[in-house]
Amino acid sequence: VPVDVRLPTILRPLAGGQSSVKANGATIGEVFTDLVKQFPQLSDRLVTEDGNLHKFVNVYLNDDDVRYLDKLDTKVGADDTVSILPAVAGG
Amino acid sequence: MLRFRPHAYKVMVAHCYEGLPLEACGLVAGDPMTGKVEVAYPTGNADASSRTYTVEPKDMLRADRDAESRGLTIIGVFHSHTHTDAYPSPTDVAQAPDPAWHYVLVSLRDDAPVVRSFRIENGNIGEEPVVLDG
Repeated sequence: VPVDVRLPTILRPLAGGQSSVKANGATIGEVFTDLVKQFPQLSDRLVTEDGNLHKFVNVYLNDDDVRYLDKLDTKVGADDTVSILPAVAGG
Repeated sequence: MLRFRPHAYKVMVAHCYEGLPLEACGLVAGDPMTGKVEVAYPTGNADASSRTYTVEPKDMLRADRDAESRGLTIIGVFHSHTHTDAYPSPTDVAQAPDPAWHYVLVSLRDDAPVVRSFRIENGNIGEEPVVLDG
């Protein structure tokens, strides 16, 4: 069952300009794998080469930051919304 | 050009002063087409630092949802420089900025606040005028 994934403005041009897309998977990691299959330009924007969540994004399952859940192994269900937002920082 | 509703401008500058002695930060929302800031969202600085900031991720989510419910989009970020110019630091430029966003700096170094806004694309910094627009 696909889940809704909300994309931040910086990633929308890499996903056909859409603000929200559907992707399949039982975990955040699987959802991201499916997203990259649909939109290959997202490949190095979500997950790093060593398989961790990229530091420039924050990912939420509904209201919760997945870094405080099971990160990429966090389980997702049909009624869930995954939101990707930029990690905004500077000096 | 970045246009501000006066109330949003006031909320932004007040939040920067309230954050002293630490850097304060927040998000600005508006219509991406017109580049007009309708709402400023104060956010926590997860770094709790006088030299760096990280927008508290939970506050970011809350601001994004509220903006969406008003038909607005987050179009930029503001943060204070407590003792330096209102100009992006190398740290600001290194953080993979969004070329579509407005990067607003509020310097509190002088007696009066100095507000400037920038676009950052591929490491190049371009300044844009900031105006109030009721």
